[in-house]
This record gives sequence, structure tokens and C-alpha cells, in this order.
Amino acid sequence: MSLLAVDDLSVSIGMVPLLDRVSFSLDRGEVLGLVGESGSGKSLTAMTLMGLLPLIGGRITAGRVRFDGIDLTTLPEPAYRDLRGQRIALISQNPMTSLDPILTVGAQIDQASRLHAGLSAAAARARSLDLMHQLRIPEAVAIHGQYPHQLSGGMKQRIVIAMALAGDPDLIIADEPTTALDVTIQAQIIQILCDLVAERGLALLLITHDMGVVAQACHRVSVLYAGRGAETGPVHDIFARPRHPYTKALIGCIPREGQAPGTLVGIPGMVPTAFAYPKGCRYHPRCTAAAPDCRTEVPAGSIQGVGGSIVFCHHPLEVGHV
Amino acid sequence: MAALTALRSAIASPRGAPSAAILALAVTAAIAAPWLAPYPYAAQNLAGAVMEPSAAHLLGTDEFGRDLLSRIIYGARVSLGVAVTSISLSVMIGLVLGAVAGYLGGWVDRVLMAVADVTWSFPEILIALVLIAILGPGLSSAGIAITIGYLAQFARLTRSQIIALKRETYVEAAVSIGSGHMHVLARHLIPNALTPVIVAGMLAVGDAIILEATLGFFGLGAQPPLPSWGALMSSGVAQIYLAPWVILFPGLAIAVTVIAINLFGDALIDALAIRNRLKER
Amino acid sequence: MFGYFIRRLLLLIPVFLVMSAVVFAIVHLVPGDPIDNMLQIGSSPERRAELTAKFGLDRPLVVQYGVWLDRVFHGDLGDAIILKQPVVSLILANLPHSLALGGLALAFSASVGIAIGALATFFRDSWFDRSVMTIILMGATVPNFWLGLLMILVFAVELGWFPVSGARSADALVLPVLTVGLGGVALIARVTRAAMLETARQDFVFMLHAKGLSKRQIYLGHVLRHALLPVVTILGLKIGWVVGGAVTIEYVFARPGLGSLLISALNQRDYPIIQGCLLMLGIAVMLGTLVGDLAQAAMDPRIRDGMR
Repeated sequence: MSLLAVDDLSVSIGMVPLLDRVSFSLDRGEVLGLVGESGSGKSLTAMTLMGLLPLIGGRITAGRVRFDGIDLTTLPEPAYRDLRGQRIALISQNPMTSLDPILTVGAQIDQASRLHAGLSAAAARARSLDLMHQLRIPEAVAIHGQYPHQLSGGMKQRIVIAMALAGDPDLIIADEPTTALDVTIQAQIIQILCDLVAERGLALLLITHDMGVVAQACHRVSVLYAGRGAETGPVHDIFARPRHPYTKALIGCIPREGQAPGTLVGIPGMVPTAFAYPKGCRYHPRCTAAAPDCRTEVPAGSIQGVGGSIVFCHHPLEVGHV
Repeated sequence: MAALTALRSAIASPRGAPSAAILALAVTAAIAAPWLAPYPYAAQNLAGAVMEPSAAHLLGTDEFGRDLLSRIIYGARVSLGVAVTSISLSVMIGLVLGAVAGYLGGWVDRVLMAVADVTWSFPEILIALVLIAILGPGLSSAGIAITIGYLAQFARLTRSQIIALKRETYVEAAVSIGSGHMHVLARHLIPNALTPVIVAGMLAVGDAIILEATLGFFGLGAQPPLPSWGALMSSGVAQIYLAPWVILFPGLAIAVTVIAINLFGDALIDALAIRNRLKER
Repeated sequence: MFGYFIRRLLLLIPVFLVMSAVVFAIVHLVPGDPIDNMLQIGSSPERRAELTAKFGLDRPLVVQYGVWLDRVFHGDLGDAIILKQPVVSLILANLPHSLALGGLALAFSASVGIAIGALATFFRDSWFDRSVMTIILMGATVPNFWLGLLMILVFAVELGWFPVSGARSADALVLPVLTVGLGGVALIARVTRAAMLETARQDFVFMLHAKGLSKRQIYLGHVLRHALLPVVTILGLKIGWVVGGAVTIEYVFARPGLGSLLISALNQRDYPIIQGCLLMLGIAVMLGTLVGDLAQAAMDPRIRDGMR
């Protein structure tokens, strides 16, 4: 059984339904990429898994989330709090704003260790320094006593990762961990995260809009569009044989070596807002292969090919179409 | 007009309706005092001094036997009159200073704002006391003190509005087609900065009533026998054993009026949807 | 921190010069001849000549200001005209009373105001939050001196719990401190609540939830701590407000203090006392903002590094 299993998860904020029957699963030692444009529901999924929906007035309306055999959809808040940080940790989008600006970064890592491992102040500090060394932070002792604004973005993100590791979690959810960073730093941070999965055997849910990052770091990928699943499957299979037109378009957005100038294409149009989701397949207004049934019928998932990819499309692309 | 619509919806709102009624009452009292007051405000009657509220004197009499209700009604005229006049003056001067500072920028801005910052850090009551030290006690001194005491607030608010507006495209367009500075300020900037400043001014009237009352209470504002709500209480502690109503009712008049001003101002801010614009800087 | 302290201290010099120049100028701005204003009617020409020489009124204003400032720095604020005592000794006699009242009122408003503001935020939108915030809105609209008079009426005259006025015993301080402090409680509670609500919306607070901290740990350990930054600044700024409130309340409760001294001097037009008191109150306001800013810098590393 998977460590994390999300089945037909639907989430609303207030009266507005945002996620509609989203499913994916994740195992230890595995990296799952959750991909989509902004507004597709990626971050909302992260928030749901962290049990923090009430903070933004959201709630689960249907479906089930199981983590290591625990049903998270019915877990009471005190028990959920014991999971947060300790078994499921979050690395957020923007390291610039995710650290408390008036506490030293060291104190913030220490706090996580003390909270989750019940360590003394001295032991927590030793553990923080140890974690910082593992993340290849130079001069850890000096950095430990510095404030967030004194550090670079990449360094701050390492601190956030150290903080996430302090509870020794089984699952890390990384919500666009490199979006706010310089390109040169992005690769380093992704490498650090992949190493952690390999070394510690933890599960990583990597939320991103960048198919390039997915190709580089993930074992499997799950593509979201406008709050619904589009395609899920092994990375090599999906990149070699995308069956959903949206997936194919996303892959088409990655610049390639040797590509002729001017041939890089974006996807025309925008992700619809939750107030104006189209009927039928939500992608049909932007889809180049839309047929009449796409405008009226919501596509169901179908298993395609030997890799076990699941595609939500009335007219999946033929294999070998690329 | 948008302003009228907002005013109407503020009056209709749950907070606005009762406060608008109270304000209308206070303003009526101020305007129609000679017809509303049962007695002249200065008519003494030493035989009937310090009488409890009764049918003849609904709110009782003071130490000179003057009818308290009449004095409170006339007091509305003095207190509201001074507060509204001084604040209007303050708003006008503040608008001009703030607009010039915000529009011109540079050293003019820096000097004006440095002065505003210094006066701003001192409480209005201290600024008022300094001015009264110079001008001597009296109603007009209190008025000038109020005008100057709140000037910094309006100048700063106008300035921040102007600076925000200056970046709007239509202002840049006006400048680029060669409109003069005065034209741009008078036609485009000041009218658009006006609403929040006027609403802030309205709220400041409440503070000004309290400031005038405090000065009057010290005997530094309206001079006897002229009644202002604060001056009515200037006999202060001496009266509290014998005639607590002399303290109670004028204070109540102030409190109710100021609460009404604040609530109505709040309703107006919501109706105009300018809460963010009232925050400076 | 030391560099910040020096920079902040240097900023005070122009403020002090402007403030003291205004205080100095009071005598010269009074309509009519300053000496006439200071003398009682029928004073002798000798007294007139004596005062003219004493204030150096025959010299240029800038020189007069310099001389006056020099004397102020040497602890000489002149002699009171009616009381015929050195102003400095009058001020020193009254200062402890004002400090006791102001200090206690400030401590009262800070502790109670922050506690109420924090509780209201923690139980946001509950009946506690709503009723407290309504009372506070009302409280801010009541004239301070009237509140004092009501306090006297209820707690001193009717209930007889505390003395009506004076400063002979410690319990005579209770009502004045409450009166000055309550206005501050309203303000501090409002600022604390607004600052906490704003902090609670920030990303890092969301991360603290994700870290597994309880709401109480987050609000007490982080959100409140951040909210204290603006509160401390306001507290510093409002030293001036406490001074202003104390001026009023000393008069209401007939307590000795700088405020009472100033009000009676204003009524008697005793200019040396007026100048001395205003100078002291002005310095108190300046020191208040300084202390507020320094406290904020001590709490916020970004300010120490000059980032804000």
C-alpha cells in the first residue's frame, strides 16, 4: 500500500468548489511531480494534505486521503498537529517570506527539533548544526545565529529544508520550492531534495509548473488542470508518449537544445477561474483537438498503455503521435 | 453624484442611521438655539442656584442659577461652531500645503514634511497650550490652536494622496500635453484627493470638540458667560458634590456627539470604500 | 545597535532646536511688549529695566536664543514672576508627581492594552472580541477630563473608596492613573489587535502552522511578538499623549505636577514657568519617541541593519 493515497478528493473554499475528484498516490523513496499552471489547484492540494484548509475557510467535500493507513479526512486537529512537521513537512514557495523575520534562522530550526523530537536547547542546536552540515551549508555555526534578511534566497531555502527535516518526516511536500530563486540555485535545491529521497527513503511531493524540473527530478507525474486531474503516470512514459493534449502542450513549452529560434510555443488562452469553469472537459476551450462531446461530457479516467498511465480525455492522443 | 449616493447609503446603514439622527439633532440645536432654549444662556437667578433637574429646569441649574439645558443648547452652537470652523480652515490649509509638498517634491516637500513630522509627534493639547500661551486664553485662541494642531494630519494625508495620484496615467497625460502646474493641481489632483481628506476632517471634528472642551474646562477656551460644552464644566471638582448634573450632562452631550461623528464617519468610509486611502504612506 | 543608537540620537538635535526655539519664541510672539506682558500693572520703571536687562531684550533674537539655550543647559530657567522662585526648583518639586502618574499610567495602559488586544485577536469575532472592541470605540470618544470627573463622582464621592484629590497618600494615585491609563488601554488594545491580525496573514505564520505549532504557541510566541513592534513605537509616540493626558488629569484631581503648574501659569501668564514646563514636556515627548524607536530596534534585527 502506498504511503500517501489521494482518492477522488474534492475541496471547496466557502461555496466555491475548487478541486474536483483529484487522485494520486505516492510511495516511500519516490518523487511525484504535481504539475499545472497557476490556478490549477496545486497549492490547494498541498494545503489540504497539511490539514490547513480551515485557515483559508476551505473544507473537503468528498473523497479520501490516507497517509500511512491514517484517514486524514476525518483526523481531529490535535492528532493532525502531531503529524504536521513530524511526519509530513512542508517546504513553501517563497523562502523570502516563510521564515520569521525577527528570529535567528538557527532558533527556527531548533524550534522544530524541540517540538518534534523533544530535545533540550543544547541538543536541538547540535541537531540543527548537523542538519545544516548535511545540507552542505558552509559555516553553519555562523549562519545559525543570523537573521533571514542577512541570508541569500538559496540559503534561506536550505534553512527551510533543514527545518522540514528536523521532525524527521516520512513525506515532504515541496510547493514550488525553486520558483522564487535564481536559475543557478534552482538546480542545487532540486538536487538536495532528490538526494534526501535517495538517502533517507522519504517520499517527496514536488509541486511545480515546470515540466523541466519534473523530467529532471520525478519518478512519476500527475498533471492537474483547473482543479481536475488530466494525466497521471511514470515520467518516462508520459514524456515519451503524452496522451492528454494538455500534457503534450506543457511538454512543448520546455525549451530544447538545438531547437530552432521562434519554434517554442506557449499554450494559448488562460486557466479559467473557479467561478467560470467551462462545462464538459475544462480544457476544451484551449484544446486543439476538441470534439463536440468534449464540450458537454466530463471525461472519465482510462488506463492507457503498459506504463499504467491514467488519462482524463475523450480523445487521447495516439501513441507515437509525438 | 457618487458622493451623494455614498452619503445616502451611509445614512441608511445600521451604524449611520442613528448617528446621523443624533448629528442632525446637535446641528439643529446649534442653529436654532435662541428658539429652542427655554431660557437665555446668561440669565442668572441666584435664588434658584444649584437646583436638581425638575420640570422647570429639565437638566437643573448651575451655581448662578442658570438653566443648564439652555446652556447646553447654546453650548452646541459654540462647541460645534468652533470645531467645524477650525477644522474646515485646517483642512483647507492642509490641502494646499500637502498638495504643494506632494506635487513639487524635492526640498519643499522635505521641509514641509519635517515640520509636519515634528508637530505631529507632539500631542495636540500641548500645541494648543503653546498657542494659548502666545495668544492668551479665549475662544478664538482655542480655534486657532485647533486649526494648527490638526494641520499636520491633513497635510500628510493630502500629500500621500497626491503622490499616489501623480502616478496615474491621466495625470501624466495632462502634464504631457503641456498643462500648467496650477491647472494640473487644481483640476486633476486636488479634486481626486479631496474625498479622504474631507472624511478625515469630519472625523477630526470629533477630536476637535474634545480638545475645545478640554481647553474650555481649563478656562482657556470660551470665556464666561459664553457657554461651550467644556466651559460648562470648568467649575469642575468644586461642583461635583453639590451639583453632579452640571458635570454629567455637558459631558454626555460631548460623548454622544463624538460617538455619533465617529460612527457616521465610519459608515461613510465604508460607503465610499476609501478605508485603505485613509492610511498614510 | 550602537550605530543605530548614535544615528537616532543625532536625529534628535534638529528636533530639539526647533522645539526649544518655539518655546523660546513664545515670549516674543505674544502680542505687545513682552515686558509689559510679564509685569503686573503699576510696576515700577526700575523693575521694567531690570527685566529688560535680564532677558537681554535689547540684543538680536538669535543671540538672545543662544544665551537662553546656554542658560537652560546650565539648569537656569529663570525665576517665576508671581511665585518669585527659580523655575527649576518649581519644576523639580513637581516632576516626581508627574513621573509617578505618567509612568504608572503608561505601564497600566501597556500591560492591560496588550493583554486585551491579544485576547481579542485570539478569540477573534467571539462575543468577547466584539464587546471589548465596542467598549474601546466608545471609550476613545469620551473626553479624558470628563472620565476623571466621573471617576471622582463614582469612586470617591459616592463609594468613598479613594481620596477625591491631592497627592498625600499612595491611594490618591489610583483614580488618576486609571483615568490617564484607560484612554491608553483603548489605543494600545486597538493597535495590538490590528497588528496581530495583519501579522497572522503573513506567509511565515502559515509556515508555523505547517511546522506543527499549536495556535496558542503561534499567537503567543510569534504573532504577538511581531505585533509588539508597532505597539512599542506607538507607546513611545504616546509618551506625549500620556504627558498631555497627565496635564489634564492633574488639574482635574488637583494633584501637584508639571500639568497643574503649566495650567495655573497659563492662567496667570507667568511666562518663565510656561516656558520651563513646555520645555520639559517637549523633552519628555522627544525621549519617548527615542525610547520607542530604540526598543523597536532591539526587537527587530532588520531595523538594526538599517533595512527599514
